[in-house]
Order: sequence, then structure tokens, then C-alpha cells
Amino acid sequence: MAEERKKPAVGLQPENEVDWSDYRGILVVVEQRDSVAKKVSWQLLGESKRMADKLQAPLMALVIGHHVEQLAHEAVYYGADKVFYCDSEELKDYRTRPYSKLCLHVIRQYKPEIVLFGATYTGRDLAGAIATHLPTGLTADCTQLDVNEERLLMASRPAFSEKMLATILCKQFKPQMATARSGVFQALQRDETRTGEIITVDPQMPENEIATQVLEFIESTQGVNLEDAEVIVSGGRGLGGPAGFKVLQELADALGGVVGASRPAFEAGWISHDHQVGQTGSTVRPKLYIACGISGAVQHTVGMQHSDYIVAINKDPEAPIFKIANYGIVGDLFEVVPALAKAMKSRKKGNPQGVGAVIGDAVAAAQSVHN
Amino acid sequence: MLHIVVCIKQVPDSREIRIDPKTNTLIRQGVPAIVNFYDLHGLEEALRIKDEFGARVTVVSMGPPSADKALKQCVAMGADEGVLISDRAFAGADTLATSYVVALAIDKVGKEWGPVDIVFCGKQTLDGDTGQVGPGVACRLDFDQLTYVEKVEHLDDSKKEIIVHRHLEDGVERVKTKMPVLITALAELNKPRRAALPGVLKSVRYQPVVWTTNDFPDIDRAKIGLKGSPTIVGKTWVPEPKKVDTQMLTADSTDKLANELLDSLFGTELPAKLGWA
Amino acid sequence: MTVSHTSLRSGMGILAEERFDAIVVGAGPAGSAAAYTMATAGLKVALIERGEFPGAKNIFGGVLYRKQLEDLIPEWWKEAPLERAVIEQRMWILGKESAVTFSHRNERYKEPPNAWTGLRVKFDQWLASKAEKAGAVPIYETVVTELIRENGRVVGVRTDRDQGDLYGDLVVLADGVNSLLGKSLGVHKEWAPDEVSLAVKEVIALPKEKLQDRFNLEDNEGCTIEFIGDTFGMAGLGFMYTNQDTISLGVGVMVNDLKKKRIKPYEVLDAVKQHPSIRRMIQGGEVKEYSGHLIPEGGFTSMPPLSGDGWMICGDAAQMVNAVHREGTNLAVASGKMAGETAVLAHQRGDYSIKTLGEYDRNVKESFIHNDLKKYRGIHGLFKEMNSDTLFGNLPQALNDAAYEWLLVDGVFKKEKQKKAIRTLRNAAGGNIDLLRLGIKGWRAING
Ligand SMILES: Cc1cc2nc3c(=O)[nH]c(=O)nc-3n(C[C@H](O)[C@H](O)[C@H](O)COP(=O)(O)OP(=O)(O)OC[C@H]3O[C@@H](n4cnc5c(N)ncnc54)[C@H](O)[C@@H]3O)c2cc1C
Ligand SMILES: Cc1cc2nc3c(=O)[nH]c(=O)nc-3n(C[C@H](O)[C@H](O)[C@H](O)COP(=O)(O)OP(=O)(O)OC[C@H]3O[C@@H](n4cnc5c(N)ncnc54)[C@H](O)[C@@H]3O)c2cc1C
Ligand SMILES: Nc1ncnc2c1ncn2[C@@H]1O[C@H](COP(=O)(O)O)[C@@H](O)[C@H]1O
Repeated sequence: MAEERKKPAVGLQPENEVDWSDYRGILVVVEQRDSVAKKVSWQLLGESKRMADKLQAPLMALVIGHHVEQLAHEAVYYGADKVFYCDSEELKDYRTRPYSKLCLHVIRQYKPEIVLFGATYTGRDLAGAIATHLPTGLTADCTQLDVNEERLLMASRPAFSEKMLATILCKQFKPQMATARSGVFQALQRDETRTGEIITVDPQMPENEIATQVLEFIESTQGVNLEDAEVIVSGGRGLGGPAGFKVLQELADALGGVVGASRPAFEAGWISHDHQVGQTGSTVRPKLYIACGISGAVQHTVGMQHSDYIVAINKDPEAPIFKIANYGIVGDLFEVVPALAKAMKSRKKGNPQGVGAVIGDAVAAAQSVHN
Repeated sequence: MLHIVVCIKQVPDSREIRIDPKTNTLIRQGVPAIVNFYDLHGLEEALRIKDEFGARVTVVSMGPPSADKALKQCVAMGADEGVLISDRAFAGADTLATSYVVALAIDKVGKEWGPVDIVFCGKQTLDGDTGQVGPGVACRLDFDQLTYVEKVEHLDDSKKEIIVHRHLEDGVERVKTKMPVLITALAELNKPRRAALPGVLKSVRYQPVVWTTNDFPDIDRAKIGLKGSPTIVGKTWVPEPKKVDTQMLTADSTDKLANELLDSLFGTELPAKLGWA
Repeated sequence: MTVSHTSLRSGMGILAEERFDAIVVGAGPAGSAAAYTMATAGLKVALIERGEFPGAKNIFGGVLYRKQLEDLIPEWWKEAPLERAVIEQRMWILGKESAVTFSHRNERYKEPPNAWTGLRVKFDQWLASKAEKAGAVPIYETVVTELIRENGRVVGVRTDRDQGDLYGDLVVLADGVNSLLGKSLGVHKEWAPDEVSLAVKEVIALPKEKLQDRFNLEDNEGCTIEFIGDTFGMAGLGFMYTNQDTISLGVGVMVNDLKKKRIKPYEVLDAVKQHPSIRRMIQGGEVKEYSGHLIPEGGFTSMPPLSGDGWMICGDAAQMVNAVHREGTNLAVASGKMAGETAVLAHQRGDYSIKTLGEYDRNVKESFIHNDLKKYRGIHGLFKEMNSDTLFGNLPQALNDAAYEWLLVDGVFKKEKQKKAIRTLRNAAGGNIDLLRLGIKGWRAING
């Protein structure tokens, strides 16, 4: 294929006057690596269940990969009524062409009215290709989804650096497509008693037609996956140097989280860019965000303000970060953070007595809350 | 010689756009127009390939006439030619309609100046913010697409092979493919250069090539501009600022303070959700 | 770089091609006026500016005068971005919580206007765009780091870009008050703290109707207010100018006084904003910009030689500011124009030595620039000799006290009141003799 270039398919567009009425149901494309599904896939099924009920239409899932049969069943446990499933050697790694070809086949054959993907790197890659081929409208990176009486998908997404929200509709084409952010929606409780139909689909493209080869996947070791993190302990200029991140890492470890940073901390070279939260870094939505030595400039807060709980630790009682924090501590992070790490570790050990001597009745209070 | 096309868009620097608190509308006035910064990383990578292997670099942008400034900036940095696709009929395009026109233009660029081997797009734009135009263009040109590339590891200009690192949430994927290929660029890819003085002088006098609908005799007018855009903006609104009752914690020792915070956190649903309990 | 300039010039095609008749450093009013003049006459001109665009970082108080720009571009005000036509000028002498004010308002200032308020970001862009349209080659976001000299002659500039040398027959230095390039030529030294003042300015947004009501204006009418006093007893002057829907408010204070009193300029501005007369004018406004800039105050005595072999210097870089009348842009424009005209002459003659360029010096000497600055040359000395506390603290306060006393109806005989008022002023000046001396000195300083 590389030798003889095909004529560009520049004008891909629909056959005129299509009857959209037989398009029904919602299809969620499940993303996986090494037979482990991305959380966002189940979250999307959860949100789509609500919409499918409203539409009184089936909820469908598409599972693609190699050795992924179990995931087809999982999709049912997480709410799908019908699962399309394609298992093949050449589908082990994600590659745009074979995956999009398969998706197109399923969409054309089974005609869902809505197709959703996680707004992950892979999800966006795939959705962008499919929407063009179909063709149809595609809304990126949604944080709210709903359907109205006219069966229109109301896909809402942040715009202008998170300063606004906009609802995007696609009235004239089906399916209506969107990618949606991880961590925003709630998955259903996994339920093994749920049943559904599992339909096997044949791969649509033989290996010798696929030019792209995935040579290897290097799992990040020092890199960090902020978008998926549930707890982030973030540090800013107040850390004063790279050593400060060691202190934060200890707390993050104790809480089962990862370390984030403000831009000055990245710019000073204390930590790599993938840790940066904010307008020019990652947008995160962890369950818990602890900001240490971060003043709370708007460029930072747009990236983390939707965290479920925000804790701010700052020397300056006037720091704007306190305005958006659920809990604020005015103090030196180099004292507070290690103390927090220590206290957390001893709680996790389930050994409050161990620190009892130090913290006295605070523990008792903690336990009463705990139980 | 390799022929590389870089797709760029001139965008309002949305980082500087503010919301009028009274009318809830965007204040665009005085917001500078810049080259979407991811696109500059694409351009830089193209220029690096040009520096190493020799290549022709053509920059393509669909936008209003004033976007010629953006193309001049690219020429100052070292691009050979800038093409501005500009016509009122293109206005209001969403990603589907944009990718149609941009793909048509790249096709034409190939006919004018030789077949295209690599197309660079930015990861996403600051205003559209979708990252969909790149895959759309690749799909229409029937190029392989490699999105979210943070490194070009290897390029063989005779075998027309390329190995890149794709950035993913949980790691990096090394991928090899054959040209022609479309790559979307991340900021990690490189650091865009500052134009040298001769480039600046060249760009001052440079006038980009301008193509309108008339330059595309076969264009399907139903597929461009607002008409050709399936998505429509329903409503826009400014999210309510998150209202929080900040609880300031105090105690006479740091350890007490730490435990006070943990008590508060353990009093929420967090331990259950995070498996602390 | 180890390559010599000459080999660079011949060695690299593009540099050899790109030779300019003239290179202008700085796209402020002086530089743009010079570039415009030369480009209009057909010279090949490069206009180099370090800002992202002309005016990007420039500030001034805000008054632009008609006359000198009119000589350059007839009816320029019809196309230039301006704020309001100044029809009233006020002078406030501030006491702690009081003010003695003078003002002149005249409908005749409308047709045609004598002056406008303006904002540099827009104005500088516009003036530079005129130069560009006339053919000057804009080179922005580029800093000239040094002048290239051969055999004592200036032959080009070195910039901070790669392959950044640029050659021309002559260089016009219009790089503003700090003029590092002027210093590198040795035409002037580092300014002494008593030769420059530091100005800080805020642009405060206010709804148009409110602004017009407060300042008693209609339509496009504008008003300027200058004030002295209430500057912690430092030599300084404040200003408050009306724009379309913003107010420019600032204070400039002599750098030596700031040093002596260890006060930061923005503290002065913050204090001024609390003064009851000023607070009322800006109430409810939103600060949109904040900036600081040096103003050359040395005047006549600090003016360097204005030309040499291959170079001329104009505008603030040559200390051409009339502090008493807060004129600067007009001197910059006029000097830029004269430098441009001299460059055209040099180009015709093919002589770029001081012999021809010295013509510029001579023209400036015959112009209002030289004459006005000369007239006020004593001012600088006066400030130097007199105690700032007296001039800018005690005296304004005493004048206010005297006015208060004079206007207070409390049964005291008017004769007594008059005596008391004079006594207050005399004491503030440090006695009869000193008051007299100050009067004479002040008169002399102002009358040359
Ligand atoms: C176009 C643009 C994009 C940007 N994008 C981003 C972005 O994506 N992300 C981002 O973060 N920023 C971004 N910024 C920068 C942003 O405007 C702020 O400058 C930045 O967020 C401030 O970082 P900071 O809070 O770490 O530092 P500072 O504002 O300097 O705050 C440091 C804080 O630490 C406190 N502190 C100091 N020592 C201690 C101590 N020992 N214990 C406790 N507290 C202490 C201080 O009281 C202070 O509040 C951007 C800016 C621009 C112009
Ligand atoms: C607070 C304040 C209030 C004032 N009020 C008034 C007023 O009301 N009316 C009035 O007429 N005047 C006023 N002035 C004075 C007036 O602003 C100046 O006299 C005038 O701007 C001088 O013009 P210029 O072109 O010489 O210098 P500038 O305007 O300073 O321009 C110099 C330019 O050179 C550029 N530059 C400098 N160095 C380099 C380099 N190495 N390489 C490239 N570019 C360089 C700078 O970026 C700048 O754009 C005021 C000044 C101040 C500070
Ligand atoms: N109007 C346009 N002209 C040229 N390229 C564009 C245009 N819009 C988007 N692109 C390219 O597509 C990328 C992704 O854009 P978006 O899908 O809008 O986020 C950009 O970084 C550009 O490289």
C-alpha cells in the first residue's frame, strides 16, 4: 500500500438522503490494554445506561483486542445489553486502520444512534478517524452527556481553556458521536448476574494490509498518569527546590496517590512536565487534591478545581488557593506534609496506638468518625 | 526530496480570553492572535527534518485573510511556502468541514509541488480544542495517522519509514509506519526555534499563496463552511464557580493539625472510595 | 563569534544582499518618525523594535500634541487612534486633605484640537504602521545588542537573533531614555539619579458616562489634571488624564528622592489614590494596567552630542523631554523627522560622516526643542539646590492652609487673615529671605 498510493479519498461523504430512523441505541467503544479495560469505558457505560433507559433503546458495547473475551462479559456486568466482540491477533495493539475499519463495520451494520468513546489518546485517535469516514459530527472531550425528547445527544464540553461550557448537538447525521473525559462519570456497580447478548464480529483487515507496527509499549515508570489519578499531592514554588517533591512523594505514597506540580515548579526544572497541572498542563479531577505551596493562580486552578476534595497548605493565609479549598491549613508545608504522611501511615497500619502517644485524643476523635 | 506539509491555525490566545462577568460572554477584544502553539511544534519538527535530510516544507492554513501573518511567521522560521485557504464560504466550519478543505488543499499542494510524505498537525487547537482535524485529514487523504507524538525516533527518507513515540496516559508506544503519514505533535516533541534574522527579513516581504473556492473546481459546496458542519453549538454558559465553605484548620501542634485534617477527610466518603478504610 | 564583520558580510549571501540605507533602532515616536521620513523619500530603511510590536511595552502619561505630527503627516488625527481632545487643563496643588486648583478650559481648543489624550500601545502601532506602509522594513521582537563599528564609524547593528548582523549606511538611535546604545557610543554616561524620574502609571477603567460626568465632559472632550504635593515631600508630579473609558493616573518622582527616602514609587501612587480629591474621581474603577517607566529630566544640560560618523540620536535617548510642559512625544517626533531629513541629505551626498550628519545637530539647535529646553535649563538646578521637602511638601501644604484660613468665615478680621496666610507661606519656605530667593530662582528657572 505504501508503494502504490491510493487515490486520496478526499471527498468521503454520505450517500444522499439517508433514512436515520432505524438507528437506535447507544454504543460504547471499550478501550483496553493487555486485556485490562480503561476505567472510563465502564464509566461511560454507567452514564449511557441512564440515557439508554430514557431513550428506551439498547445499550451496546464494542470490545476489540486479543484475549479479550472476558471483557465482553465484563461489559455486560457493567450494564451493556449487547456486546460486539472481536478477538484477533492483529488487534492486540491499537492501530487506527484495523480498529476504525472494524468500528465502521459494526456501526454500519448495527446502526447505533449514539457512539461514545473515552477521551483518551487512543479514544480520540479512533473517534476522529471514524467520524470522518461515516461521516458524522463528533464532539470532543465532553464532561456532561444527556439526551432530549428528540433523541438528540446533548454533549457538553469545556471551551476556551475551561472558562465556558458549550452544549454541542448533531441534528442531521447519525450516529451522534462524542468522546468523554475519564473520571467524570460514575460506573454502575459491577453485577455478575446481569445477562446480555454477545455477538462475535470478524476482523475486517488482514495484517498484510496494515502498514503501522507497534514495536513496543514502554510503561511509564517515572512519568505520571495524572488524568487517572484519584489522589494528587501537588507542589508549587513554595517547595523551593526539587527536594521538596520527595516530601510530597511520601505523602502521596501514603495516600495512594501521585505527585503533581504547578508550572513554576516545572519551569524551574524541579519536576517533569507531565506532572504539571493547569491550563498548559493536565486537567485533573481526582477525588482528593492537596495543594502544597501553591498560591492558586487561575491558570493553575482551572486544571484542578473540579477535584472532589481540595486541601490547601500554604504559609500565606491570604493565598487565593484557600478560596477553592475544602480544607485549609496555614503553615509551613515542610512541617505539615511530613506530619500528614506519618499520621496517614499509622492509620493505614490500623495501629493508632502507635502514634497515640504523640497525638493523644485526636486519635480517639478520628476513630469515632471512622466507625 | 521529502515534502512535508504543516497544518497551522491562527487562534486567539484563549489563555487571555476573559469572561465578562455581567453578560457571561467572551471578551475577545485585545486578545492577541497567535499561531496555535502545538502547530509550532509540528513546524519545528518539519524544519528539523529539513535541516537533517533536506525537505520542502509547505505550511497550510485555513482562515481569514489576516491569518497571513501566521504564515509569515512560519516562513520566518524556515518554511518554504505558506498557503492560505481563505474564503467566506469556509467560515463556520466544524472539524469535519475543516478537515475536508484542509485535505483538499494538501492534495493540491501535492499536485503543485510534489507528492506529500509527511503532514504535521498540532495535538489540538486552543480554540477548537478537539484534536479531530488531524485524524480527519489523515482519513480523507488515506494516510496512516500517528497522533500525540512526542518524539521522532528514526526517519529513513529512502525507505520512507518513520518510527515515533506516541504518548499515552500510561506510557509510551514506539510505532513504525510507512509514509505518507500524518503526525500530530505534542509540546514535548521539541522546542520551536526563534527565527534567524534573514528569515525575518524574508518573511516581511513574503506573501503567502492564497487559494479560494475557485481554486478547487471539484469542491463540493455542501461539505464546506457552516453548511457542511454537522455539529452545532446549542447553548453556552459559564459554570458557576464552585462554592466551597472552606474550613480552616488550626491546632497548637503540627501533629494535631495533621490528624485534624485526616479526621475531616475520614469523615467524608473518601476512605470508602479510595479504599483507605 | 570569531568571524570578522567584513568576512561575514561577504561570506553569507543573504547578509550581503540585505544592506540598508538606514537602520532605525526603536519604534517609539522618534524612531517611527525618522523611519517614515526616510522611507517616504525612498530610502531603504529597517525599523528594529524589541517589543512584540511597537508600543507593546511603552507607556507615557498620555498627551499627544497636534503640531509636530502635523508637520510629518497632515491631518494625522483623522486616522490615528486617539482617546479624547483636550479642552481643559487643570492644575491641583494638594494638601493633606485639600486642594488649591487652577484650570483653563477653552472651546477654542476644539478647532482644531491642540492636543489629545492617547495610549501608546495603539498610537505607536499606528505610527510605525505608517512607516511600514511607506516602505520601512519592520523587524520586531528583536533587540539590538550593540552597534557594529568599523574604523570608528557606525556601519550596522548586531541583534539578538541568529545571523543577526545588519548593515546600513547610517544608524538612527531612537531607543528611548535608557539608551544603552548611546551609552556604548560614549555620547552619554549612565544617567545620574537626579537626571531621571521614575513614573508609575495605572490605567483605570470606568464606564464612559460616569467618567464624563465626573470630569464635566461631553462627547470626545478630554481633560488633563496635573498635581503636585502629597508625594511624601519628594520632587514629583502626578497626572490624571481622561481617555475614552479609562483614566490614566500616575506619579513621577525623582529617582534620587526615592533613593533618599527609601520609598517605592507604587507606594506614592497608592497614597495619591487615597487623596480625597483623587479618590472621588476614580471610585469604582477597575485597574486594568500597571506600568513603570523612566522619564529623562536632565533637559538641556544633559543633552548629548546628537550625531557622529554613521549615527544620529533622537527623542528620549537624547534626553529631549520638556518636563515642565510634559512634552516628550512631540520632541521625539520632531527630532526623528529632522534626523530622517538629514539622512536623506546624507544619502543624496553619499556622505555619512559627521560633516553631513552634523546638520541634524544644527537643525535641532534652531528648533523649538533646543530653545524650549534651554529656557527651562534652570529648573533642574533649582530642584537640585532646593530641598524637595520644601518645594513639594511644605509649600503646597502651606498654600492650602493659607487658602483655608482665607476662606474660613470665623469673624477674624480679613487683615489678620492675610497676615496669617503670608506668615504660613513664609514659614514653609524657611523665612522671608528664602521665600524671596525661591521666588527669584523660580522665575529665573522658568524664564531662562
Ligand atoms: C499563559 C499562561 C499559562 C499558564 N499555565 C499554567 C499552568 O498550566 N499551570 C500552573 O500551575 N501555572 C500556570 N501558569 C502560571 C500561573 O499564572 C502562576 O504563576 C503559577 O500557577 C504560580 O505557581 P505557584 O503557585 O507554584 O507559585 P507562587 O504563585 O509563587 O506561589 C507559591 C506559594 O507558596 C507559598 N509558600 C512558600 N513557601 C512555603 C512553605 N514553606 N510552606 C507553605 N507554603 C509556602 C507562598 O505563600 C505562595 O502562596 C500559567 C501562566 C500563563 C501566563
Ligand atoms: C509617565 C510618563 C508620562 C509622559 N507623559 C507625556 C505626555 O503626556 N506627553 C508627551 O508628549 N510625552 C510624555 N512623556 C514622554 C514621552 O513618552 C517620551 O518623550 C517619548 O515616548 C519618547 O519617544 P522615543 O521614541 O524617543 O522613545 P520611546 O518611546 O521610549 O521608544 C523607544 C523604543 O525603542 C525600543 N528599544 C529600546 N532599546 C532597544 C534596542 N536595544 N533594540 C530594539 N529596540 C529598542 C523600545 O522598546 C521603544 O519602543 C511621558 C513619559 C512618561 C514615562
Ligand atoms: N483551519 C485550519 N487550518 C489548518 N490546519 C488546521 C485548522 N484547524 C485545525 N488545524 C490543524 O488540526 C490540528 C487540530 O485542530 P483541532 O481539531 O481544532 O483541535 C491543529 O493543531 C492544526 O494543526
